[in-house]
Amino acid sequence: MSIAFPAPDPAILARRDEILAGLARLVHPEALIASEDERRAFETDGLTAYRRLPLAVVLPSSTAEVSAVMRYLSGQGVKIVPRGAGTSLAGGAIPQEDAVVVGVSKMARVLELDFENRTARVEAGITNLAISGAVGHESFFYAPDPSSQLACTIAGNIGMNSGGAHCLKYGVTTNNILGVTMVLLDGTVVELGGQHLDSAGLDLLGLVIGSEGQLGIVTEATVRILRAAEGARPALLGFPSPEDAGACVAAIIGEGLVPVALEYMDKLAIEITEGFAQAGYPLDVEAMLIIEVEGSDAEIDEQLRRVVTIAERHRVKTIRVSKSEAESAAIWKGRKAAFGATGRISDYICMDGTIPTGQLPLVLQRIGEIVQREGLRVANVFHAGDGNLHPLILFDINKPGEMEKAERAGEDILRLCVEVGGCLTGEHGVGIEKRDLMRCQFDESDLAQQMRIRNVFDPAWLLNPAKVFPLDGRVLA
Amino acid sequence: MTTITPRDEQEACAAVAEAAAGRVPLALAGGGTKAAIGRPAQTERTLSAAALSGVTLYEPAELVIGARAGTPLAEVEQTLASRGQQLTFEPIDYRPLLGSAGEPTIGGVAAANLSGPRRIQAGAARDSLIGVRFVNGRGETVKNGGRVMKNVTGLDLVKLLGGSWGTLGFLTEVVFKVLPKPERATTLVLRGLDEAAAAAAMSAALGSPYEVTGAAYLPAGLGGGASQTMIRLEGFAYSVDYRGGELRRLFRRNDLDIVEGEANTALWRGVRDVAPFAAGISDEAVWRISTVPTKGHHFTELVARDVSCRWFYDWGGGLVWLACAAEGDAGAAIIRAALAQTGGHATLVRAPAEVRAAVDVFQPLTEPLRRLTAGIKGSLDPVGIFSRGRMYAGI
Ligand SMILES: Cc1cc2nc3c(=O)[nH]c(=O)nc-3n(C[C@H](O)[C@H](O)[C@H](O)COP(=O)(O)OP(=O)(O)OC[C@H]3O[C@@H](n4cnc5c(N)ncnc54)[C@H](O)[C@@H]3O)c2cc1C
Repeated sequence: MSIAFPAPDPAILARRDEILAGLARLVHPEALIASEDERRAFETDGLTAYRRLPLAVVLPSSTAEVSAVMRYLSGQGVKIVPRGAGTSLAGGAIPQEDAVVVGVSKMARVLELDFENRTARVEAGITNLAISGAVGHESFFYAPDPSSQLACTIAGNIGMNSGGAHCLKYGVTTNNILGVTMVLLDGTVVELGGQHLDSAGLDLLGLVIGSEGQLGIVTEATVRILRAAEGARPALLGFPSPEDAGACVAAIIGEGLVPVALEYMDKLAIEITEGFAQAGYPLDVEAMLIIEVEGSDAEIDEQLRRVVTIAERHRVKTIRVSKSEAESAAIWKGRKAAFGATGRISDYICMDGTIPTGQLPLVLQRIGEIVQREGLRVANVFHAGDGNLHPLILFDINKPGEMEKAERAGEDILRLCVEVGGCLTGEHGVGIEKRDLMRCQFDESDLAQQMRIRNVFDPAWLLNPAKVFPLDGRVLA
Repeated sequence: MTTITPRDEQEACAAVAEAAAGRVPLALAGGGTKAAIGRPAQTERTLSAAALSGVTLYEPAELVIGARAGTPLAEVEQTLASRGQQLTFEPIDYRPLLGSAGEPTIGGVAAANLSGPRRIQAGAARDSLIGVRFVNGRGETVKNGGRVMKNVTGLDLVKLLGGSWGTLGFLTEVVFKVLPKPERATTLVLRGLDEAAAAAAMSAALGSPYEVTGAAYLPAGLGGGASQTMIRLEGFAYSVDYRGGELRRLFRRNDLDIVEGEANTALWRGVRDVAPFAAGISDEAVWRISTVPTKGHHFTELVARDVSCRWFYDWGGGLVWLACAAEGDAGAAIIRAALAQTGGHATLVRAPAEVRAAVDVFQPLTEPLRRLTAGIKGSLDPVGIFSRGRMYAGI
C-alpha cells in the first residue's frame, strides 16, 4: 500500500455528532447516511485496494439541498468528497475519515429533451447510458461511451472528462457538454455555458470538466445529443506482430479514414477473452484490431473495403468483416468482455497512459520488459486511434509483495508514456492513483499554476483535497 | 507605443518579468489583426509573438500539429494541405470584417477561440486545441495539455487559455488536433424560405444522420435575391453523393440549387468571414451572438422591434451576425435584454473605440462569475499587466 492519505483532522472527528446534527437540519432524513454499515458502501470506488470510511454521506435530491450542505460544511471547515457512482479507477471518489461524501446519485432525472437543438438537460446523477436511453427512440444518442456507462454518472464523467471507445470520432466529455449548473463551496449556484455553443467569457466550463471534484459540485448538465449514423459495422483484423498492427493504424489514418472506433488487443488479451467469451478471435496472431466505421450499408462496405486493402499491405493474417448485426456483436463481444474476463482469471490493475501512436511498437515492447522484470504478465487492450493505452497488469493479491510489484510496474509504464511524449492519464483521471507521479509530467511552475487556479475556488482545500496534486509542495492560498 | 518581439520563450519570460516588476501594462499580440476587438486599453507596450515562428511538430498519421504561437495561420494551413489535412474548425479571418492588415497567427486563433461554420459539427478551436505553452504574469513558463488527443492529467488550462484574448498568459506554442481534408464538398441551397422555415430546415438537416458540416441562412437581399438556406456536406466523394441525394429527397418540396467546387468554397468563406458586413461595404457596428439555434430568429425579431439592423445566421441559426448603427450603445441594451429571453451571449466585435469604451464588449458577467473571472485572472497575472480591461473593465 504505497499511496498515502493525509492524517484525519482529530478536531473534525471529535465534532462528528455535531456535524451530523447540522446536516440533519438541512436534508431529508433518508438523505443522510450515518451508520457505519451503510457508510461502508462509500468507502472506496473502482480502485478497491484503497478504502477510507467517511465521516458521513449525504445524498441530496436538489441543487438547493447541495447548496445548503456545501454552505454548512465549508462554514464548519469540513472536507467534502463529491461522488457520482463511485466507479473511478483512479481513486478519485475515495473519501477520507474527516470528510463528508456528497453524492448526486439521487438526482437522476431527465429535465428537458430538445431534439431540434440536439441537447438534453439532465440532473448530474443520471447514468451515462440512461441519457442515450432517453433519446434512443428518436435515434439520438449521447456520444462519449465509457465501458462503465451502465453505472457511471454524467457527474463523474464531467469530474474525470471521461472517454470511451467512440471518442476518436466524437470526442470526449469536454467536447460534448454545453453547460452545467455547479454549486461552489460557499453554496453559491453558478451556471456555466448554456444551451448555446461556446460559453461567454473565459472558458470556465472547460476548466471545470476534468477537475475531479476540486472546484465545486455539478448538479445539472446540458449535453449535446447526436443523431445516430444509419448503421455501424466493424472489421476484425489479426496481425503477425504489433509493428504490423501499429503501421496499419497509421496508414488508415494517413489515408484520411477516421473510423469511429479503432481498438487494439494483444495476444494475451485475446487469449484471456477468448477463454471467457468465445468470440471466435484468432489465437494465432500477435495483435488484433477492431475497426468500426459508420454510415449507410453501402458507405460502410466501401470504407471497410478500403480498410482491408490497407491491412493487406501490412501482412494481415486474419480478416473478418461483419456483414450483419449478429456478426458485429460477435466481434465486439470479446473486446467488451476484456476487463471482466481478465478479472475472472487474475487480479489486475488497469493503467491509462496515452502515447503518440507512432511510438506504439516501441512502447509495447518496453511495457513487456517492465512487467517481465517484476515477474508478472500484462495484457494490452487499448484505443489505438488516439494512443490511449490500457495495459492490464496481472498479479495475485494473495502472494505477498505482488501488488507492490504490479504498482511499481504500472508507475514505470506511466513514466514511459510521459517519456515518449504522452501523458499519465488519457481518460481515468489522476485521483490518488497518479497523484504522486504528477512531477514526471509537470514542472513545479506548471503544478503551481494549476494549484493557484484551484485556490480561487477552494482556498482552504476542502474539496476532494487528497487528490490530483502531490501532498507535499502544495501552493496554498 | 513600443513593441517587444521576443525571439524565444526565455526572452518572453524576461520581458514579462520586467513589465511585472515595473507594473507596465502589456498588450499581447500575434499578428495584430484582431487588436480592434475588445475594450480599448491604455497600454504603451505591446508584447508580440511575431518572432516566435515555425511549425515545431507535424505527424500526419497522429493527426497533430504544433507550432510556435507567432507562426502565420497560412503557413500552418499550407503545411497541413501538403498532406491533405486541415484545421477542422475553419477559423474565421477577421481582416475583411475589421478592415485590418497583417498576418493572423496560430496563437491568435487559439487565444481568440476562432471557429467558423464547421464548428457546428466538428467543434470549436478550443475543442481541437490539445496543448499550450505560455508565459504567465510572473514571467514563468507554464505548459498544459500536450501532443496527444486524450489527456486528462491535471486541470485543463488549455481550455482556459483558449479564448482568453491575451488576458491570462502570453502563448508561446500551441498544439492542435487536425483531420483529413474532405475529398468533396457540396452545398444544397434552399431558396426563399422565411426565417422560421429556415430554422426548421436547418434543424432537420443537422438532426439527420448525414453529418452536415455547415448550416447557414442569408435573408433576402443580403446574398442577392431570395433568401438562401445553405446546407453543406463534406467527405469522401461516394459518401457526399449518397448523402446529397438523401438530403435532396428530404427537401424535395423546396426550390433548391446545388453549389460545388470553387463557388462552394467562396460561399462558405463569405459566411465564415462575415462578408455581407465587410469593412468598405458597411460601417455599421457588428455583433456576434451565440444563442440556441431555433431561438435565433426570435432573438432577431425582439431586437428588430427597437433597433434598425440587418443580420444573418450560421451554426444552424445559433450564431447570429448582426449589424446596426454604430451610435449610442450600438444596441447593446436591447440586444442583451433579448438574450435574457433566449439565452446566449453577445460580443460587439466591430465598433469605433469610443463605443467599445462605453459599452460592455463581452457579455457582462453575473456577480459570482465576475468574482471567479477576476480570481482566475489574478492567479495567472497577479499584477494585472496582460491586456488588462480588454474583456471586462477592471479585470
Ligand atoms: C469496469 C470499468 C470500466 C471503465 N471504463 C471506462 C472507460 O471506458 N472510459 C473512461 O473514461 N472511464 C472508464 N472507467 C472509469 C469511470 O467509470 C469513470 O471515471 C466515470 O466517469 C466515473 O463516474 P462515476 O459516476 O462513477 O464518478 P465517481 O467515481 O463517483 O467520481 C469520479 C470523480 O468525479 C468527481 N465527482 C463526482 N460527482 C461529482 C459532481 N457532482 N461534481 C463534481 N465532481 C464530481 C469525484 O469527486 C471524482 O473525482 C471505468 C470504470 C470501470 C469500473
